[in-house]
Amino acid sequence: MAERGGESRGQVPGWAFVLLSLAGVVFALTLVPRVASGEVLRVAIPWLPSFGVQFSFFVDGLSLLFALLITGIGVFIGLYARAYMHGHAQTGAFFCYLIFFQASMLGLVLADNIITLFVFWELTTVSSFLLIGFDHASEKARRNAWQALLVTGAGGLALLAGLLLLAQAGGSMELSELMTAESGVQEHPLYLGILVLILLGAFTKSAQVPFHFWLPNAMAAPTPVSAYLHSATMVKAGIYLLARVHPSLSGTPEWIWTLTIFGAVTAVWASIVAMRQTDLKLALAYTTVMALGTLTMFLGSEAHIAITAAMTFLVVHCLYKSALFMVIGIIDHETGTREVDRLGGLFRAMPITAVAAAAAAFSMAGFPPFLGFIGKELKYEGALAVASEPLLVAGAAIAANALMVGLAAVVAIRPFYGAPRTYDRTPHRPPFGMWIGPVFMALLGLTFGVGPEYVGNLLINPAANAVAGIQKDVKFALWHGVNIPLMMSILTVALGVAVFIFSDTLRRWLASALGHLLTGDEAYDGVKGAILKLADVQTAILQNGSLRRYLFVVFAVTAAGVGGTLIAEGGMAWPALWPDVPIYEWAIVVLIAAGAVVPMAARSRLAGICGLGTVGSGVALIFLIYGAPDVAKTQLLVEVLFVVMISVVFLKLPRFAETTHPPKRGRLGDLTLAAISGGVMTLMTLAVLDTPLNDHLTKYFEANSVPGGQGGNIVNVILVDFRALDTFGEIVVVAVAALGAFGLIKLRSTRAGGS
Amino acid sequence: MEVLLAVLVGWLFGAAVYLMLSRSLVRYLFGLVLISNAANLAIFASGRLTRGAPALVPDGLTAPAEVVANALPQALILTAIVIGFGLLAFAFVLAYRAHDELGTVDTDAMRVAEPIAEEKPVPAASGRETAV
Repeated sequence: MAERGGESRGQVPGWAFVLLSLAGVVFALTLVPRVASGEVLRVAIPWLPSFGVQFSFFVDGLSLLFALLITGIGVFIGLYARAYMHGHAQTGAFFCYLIFFQASMLGLVLADNIITLFVFWELTTVSSFLLIGFDHASEKARRNAWQALLVTGAGGLALLAGLLLLAQAGGSMELSELMTAESGVQEHPLYLGILVLILLGAFTKSAQVPFHFWLPNAMAAPTPVSAYLHSATMVKAGIYLLARVHPSLSGTPEWIWTLTIFGAVTAVWASIVAMRQTDLKLALAYTTVMALGTLTMFLGSEAHIAITAAMTFLVVHCLYKSALFMVIGIIDHETGTREVDRLGGLFRAMPITAVAAAAAAFSMAGFPPFLGFIGKELKYEGALAVASEPLLVAGAAIAANALMVGLAAVVAIRPFYGAPRTYDRTPHRPPFGMWIGPVFMALLGLTFGVGPEYVGNLLINPAANAVAGIQKDVKFALWHGVNIPLMMSILTVALGVAVFIFSDTLRRWLASALGHLLTGDEAYDGVKGAILKLADVQTAILQNGSLRRYLFVVFAVTAAGVGGTLIAEGGMAWPALWPDVPIYEWAIVVLIAAGAVVPMAARSRLAGICGLGTVGSGVALIFLIYGAPDVAKTQLLVEVLFVVMISVVFLKLPRFAETTHPPKRGRLGDLTLAAISGGVMTLMTLAVLDTPLNDHLTKYFEANSVPGGQGGNIVNVILVDFRALDTFGEIVVVAVAALGAFGLIKLRSTRAGGS
Repeated sequence: MEVLLAVLVGWLFGAAVYLMLSRSLVRYLFGLVLISNAANLAIFASGRLTRGAPALVPDGLTAPAEVVANALPQALILTAIVIGFGLLAFAFVLAYRAHDELGTVDTDAMRVAEPIAEEKPVPAASGRETAV
């Protein structure tokens, strides 16, 4: 019974996730006709109106495309994860994180206000952290979750700064206004700062070199998460951001070159590294980095066709990559391994999966009649239209695509064909929930490829138009005739086949060639270690556990702060005249000063107490002379109480002589700090005396003491009437101190009694 | 006199700082006494001094007939003296208890909360598996 109860607990969140995603898909689909006709839907709820912050959302072609991908893939990831996580103790938590992620991601792509966008951006980071570290018993999962959180979180902070500057430069907090209005951000003096900060956010989130290392490490997450967050959706958030700010920031040489170079380097580098992986899941992770680089590279361009290519490739990639990740998950689930060398001959055990894998791989490799083919043709067409450096972009695209072809072949062929191997467990046909996802995604890739007009006109063109900021519909067709892009495709396939044939040799060669390079991962460890070391050193200096050190720092900072302010603000005031004071007052002051020196110099506690008594009584005399008899009385009473108390305590404490004295030279620093602190305090008091006295309150109390408080002693009336609450607070403080002291003494006797 | 008091405040504060930086907890407590005296004097001087004229309203009048001492800082100092005393009483009992438990009044030897040879948490061992 208990077990069944546990299972049904896991069932509810799983179905909830599937049904929520399904509802999202249906809702998004109902919006398609309106958005495709150019309408932009908005909703706004005031949040912090005084700061121009509101909870506002809008739907245009770009948002809708992302929303459909997030919810649509979510449905099949949900079905898949239900089977994949079956029997896991924390299935409920898993699906709650997934729902949390999906909601955050939808919020991100639909947000209009920049603060709303940023909040959802950070929430996707948090949910990604929870999901990467889902297997929290594993050291590796925890470390990699932290890594993803720190890298993308740091980028998120940069993004916030960039967005705020963008709002300042563009004059609006709403993205929809920033991108339509000719905001003039590009001519703004802050443009470069805005660009760098926003790109930092986008590049860390979308794993561009040199920030790419966290994404392969994020494969520590369960496979449904890798398929969903770290290939199809979350890592595209950076791409979404680049597309979103494209109308207001793009077109400058800085934008074009930064995006083109970072994108091209990322794409080529990631596909080379992908070839050397033996773990199929890691290989796919690197191809995701490659795809993100390609998208960045194309978004660097102004050409409408390049942007259309990016949007098409976005859809293509989401479909085939989520399908292939799910396939790898199935293989892992059924055989217990993802190592390419140990896999083979699985076709007989799982034919449906093998066919789905093949179809997805065809799309990945860009073979007709799949959507991937159209995506690739558009990419080549777009590359040739790029204004900056068509050869660079086209070359990078061909190199990356050829490696993709090779890798697609590895993923689709190696596990399923060839000699059957022996596995730890006997491979079965996977459950329905697991294969339906890859099959559906692969079918979608095929359907969209055969009839590209619908998806092109309803989804991709509106998205591309939203990014480019102009209305220009590209006609989607499978066959464009014999042209340059087709030639480039043939070249790509030829290269790709060669890559596949020599994949093992290539892998060995790459492993030895790349083995000694400094990796981003090692750099991350180095930076993290350096920060921890810095914190260690800083703690050892500032907080070494010694009370004297703490006080030294506190007093030094106070003296420097107050003294520095006095100097900086010109608050130094030098008294013009030496005070004209009667001789007996001089005597009192000298007496107090001398009394203060006694406890510093004396070896005897009694002498110290006498010195303090002299100080206290002298201060009381000053109060008495200058019209404060009540204060003087209180001071004297407290002095007496103090002597009684201190005597009682000192009966128990050791003599000075018994406590170790540090050597004299060790206290020279203390003496210097004491002198500086005292000097600064004198200067501050002089500066206060130099400013005119505001006696507004005093005059009020003098005038209202008798009429309002019925008392002639103004000080008393202030204490018990005008400021009675203060006095009440003072009584409470004394009572608390008394209770605390009582407790300290009492606690000891009970403990002593117990032991 | 205010200028003289300003110098005295600095003097007392300096002495207090020196005492509080001592290794002996007893001297630290002496410093605490001096620092509250210095603070009270600073408040007193800031309100300006008037010799021999307590802030009293003579019988039959509704306001002081002549210039009297500033009543506001006096009220503040009264509160400060009492609270300062509460603080001192607590601090003395705390010192007494600390001596009782630790057998020392040397602040450098009081390292229960932050021991000198503290075990540093080992930085998370690298769980890396992916090369490049």
